Amino acid sequence: MRIGVITFPGSLDDVDAARAVRLAGGEPVTLWHADDDLRDVDAVVLPGGFSYGDYLRAGAIAARAPLMRSVVDRAHQGLPVLGICNGFQVLCEAGLLPGALTRNSHLHFRNRDQGLRVERADTTWTSSYTSGQQIVVPVKNGEGRYVAADPELDRLEGEGRVVVRYVGGNPNGSSRDIAGVTSADGRVVGLMPHPEHAVEDLTGPSVDGLGFFTSVLAAAVAA
Amino acid sequence: MPVPQVVVDVVLKPEISDPQGQAVLGALGRLGHPGVRSVRQGKHFVLEVDGDPDEAELREIAETLLANPVIEDVELRLAND
Repeated sequence: MRIGVITFPGSLDDVDAARAVRLAGGEPVTLWHADDDLRDVDAVVLPGGFSYGDYLRAGAIAARAPLMRSVVDRAHQGLPVLGICNGFQVLCEAGLLPGALTRNSHLHFRNRDQGLRVERADTTWTSSYTSGQQIVVPVKNGEGRYVAADPELDRLEGEGRVVVRYVGGNPNGSSRDIAGVTSADGRVVGLMPHPEHAVEDLTGPSVDGLGFFTSVLAAAVAA
Repeated sequence: MPVPQVVVDVVLKPEISDPQGQAVLGALGRLGHPGVRSVRQGKHFVLEVDGDPDEAELREIAETLLANPVIEDVELRLAND
């Protein structure tokens, strides 16, 4: 399975994301933001970093990059897309996911190992987990506070659109401890924490993050 | 002939908390300005355009790129009428 990883100017975690894809058993495909060809990939990962320096708003300019137009079009047809940290911000700015990510409530950059509870184990990117499973992966952000209007949050909760929630402390003041959300069809998922940094014992706090990448492979086999 | 300028102000919607504004408010209190009750921080854009400003196009620019309508309100005005 070919999984594209898009590099924007200012992306930091594209190499780690590609490595996680490879460790999970997929074939990582390098994609460049200024291209318009998705190179026949079967899924796309938007990595973490500070695309375009986070100027204007985090993810705002990247969301309008040429390749993102292709991603948005294909996502509406069911292409699986995972956005991690800055990638999550890009997906919200591109309108593929609801809500927005704003400056952390305490105004500090927060970098630590973070407990998460998997609320939805039936999305394309989380089927390797069990519902309610707790995992630990790194979190590192300065603008990770998930917000939306209260009625919108109520709607998202009602539709089961919260994929992962912070446990053991909320690192950024996110509404309702929301760490990640999904599209209505479960194929587009975004989260602030970094599963691609928790795929090997040598470098991560756990290997709990690998499940995001094995999930999409399992979905492709099942399809 | 001055180049037409368009000013776009972007602020967080009232229901979205603004920790940067709150930090400024805290500093004002420490500096001896207890009378300031609230601070909301936003962005101020000045656009210079060729020819007559196209208000519909500028509004689209403001609402689709300069502001994120999920969390922000936007105001647009011509600066040098």
